[in-house]
Amino acid sequence: MEEFFKLYLDPQLAKTISFLIKIICIVIPVMISVAYLTYFERRVIGFMQSRIGPNRVGYFGLLQPIADAVKLMFKEIILPTKSNNFLFFLAPLLSIAPALAAWAVIPFNSELILADVNAGLLYVLAMTSIAVYGVIIAGWASNSKYAFLGSMRSAAQIVSYEIAMGFTLVGVLMCANSLNLGDIVMAQSGGISQWYCWPLFPLFIIYFISAVAETNRAPFDVAEGESEIVAGFHVEYSGMAFALFFLAEYANMILVSILAVIMFLGGWLSPVGFIPDSIIWLLAKVAFLLFFFLWFRATFPRYRYDQIMRLGWKVFIPLTLVWIIFVGAMMQTDYAEYFH
Amino acid sequence: MMQFTDYLFYFFSSILVLSSLRVITANNPVYSALSLVLAFFSAAGIWLLLHAEFLAIALVLVYVGAVMVLFLFVVMMLDINTETLKKGFWNYLPIALIISGLFIFEIYLVVTDKFFYEAKVLSEDATSNTELLGSVLYTDYLLPFQIAAVILLVAIVSAIALTMYGKKSHKGIDPKDQIRVDKKDRIRIVKMSSGKTK
Repeated sequence: MEEFFKLYLDPQLAKTISFLIKIICIVIPVMISVAYLTYFERRVIGFMQSRIGPNRVGYFGLLQPIADAVKLMFKEIILPTKSNNFLFFLAPLLSIAPALAAWAVIPFNSELILADVNAGLLYVLAMTSIAVYGVIIAGWASNSKYAFLGSMRSAAQIVSYEIAMGFTLVGVLMCANSLNLGDIVMAQSGGISQWYCWPLFPLFIIYFISAVAETNRAPFDVAEGESEIVAGFHVEYSGMAFALFFLAEYANMILVSILAVIMFLGGWLSPVGFIPDSIIWLLAKVAFLLFFFLWFRATFPRYRYDQIMRLGWKVFIPLTLVWIIFVGAMMQTDYAEYFH
Repeated sequence: MMQFTDYLFYFFSSILVLSSLRVITANNPVYSALSLVLAFFSAAGIWLLLHAEFLAIALVLVYVGAVMVLFLFVVMMLDINTETLKKGFWNYLPIALIISGLFIFEIYLVVTDKFFYEAKVLSEDATSNTELLGSVLYTDYLLPFQIAAVILLVAIVSAIALTMYGKKSHKGIDPKDQIRVDKKDRIRIVKMSSGKTK
């Protein structure tokens, strides 16, 4: 693509334009999947609870997300009195921007990647960790007790689960010897038995549960907690400002699922040797993990706040530490090959 | 002729200077904390320009992603009256000037030191900055690194010990007791006749 633009434009400009087109090629599919993830969530939870779910707009309700988007766009954005105008509008932007920026280093197959940086894993972790500012600032700027309580809960929760999440990544990079996401996938080549979800099974489970907590999804959705604090940090938001929080939450869900697939389930690699590797595998695995998010929401009751803290600090962090030491020790023994 | 990276450097550093000024001049402590976040972020941008990607990302990850979140957490909870805080400004000014003078002198010493330039050469090496840092930390500087780790551990233990000190002041329930709860601790089934006679 870059070569094509170079024929007509100067090289610097051609590079910039081809980069912009690549970014659009990532963001638009992400946004479409976010829209249809909301549709599937409502359908799947509907079926799990013996309801039908949205089925009126288009065939099987397939146009429902578009109808929702149009509705949200035309709604009035209400500014609460005595709220902080600047921060009130900055907060939704701060939550959507990192959720999209992290996609820059995600490899979709061995060539399809926007920025192939060496510290890709760290970059993703940094981007997901600054997403919490959107929530905190939203809660404070709204000048509302419910919103403030929601943001305080969310801040404590995200910071605690990030530590467990970071430690699980340490296990992965010990095995893969690299921080580059593409290299991590390639280190798992050779069929389903080589995927890191086997030697690092406890870390995989902890990563996935922490991911649910990081994205503020049920059963860890105390930041929203409809039955306790109305809607938590976004209680004062309406229209497109609310939609941005919504988009960020679902984009983050897809992001953490794709990361789990890359680090533990072999990314775009096929589980058996005779079927070729393809991006379809990546998408199928991500869809499988996303189904778990919906399943959790339909199944589990909400955790109490102190139980969340206990699970994060007193169960997950010690467990990950023990498993990291275990992996390190096993690498010095004859069984080292199982941990690479 | 200025290169594109030079423009980026001036962009990041001007934001850094402005936001640092905002940290100390803002009336609202929440604004100060948020400006500090912006300052950290621009500093990370400058480090990225120096090819120090590990340091830059670690700064964002640790300071922006964790430390400042907890800072904001505390600052938002407090009801700080900035007028009372500013009361002793002129009394403390001479001491502050001495301390900041010392700081500037120390920064001058470090910046003009020959080690400062060695470090820069190291980061322009072909291999990644993350790998280089790791190999140096765990070989040449193993002992100082371990000592720093032990000091951090002591700080963690003492911080937790401080909250444990004295008698239990919270109403938290021991999870073990919660799990051990049995049906007969909570409900008592009373058998009695309905009162109606046949």
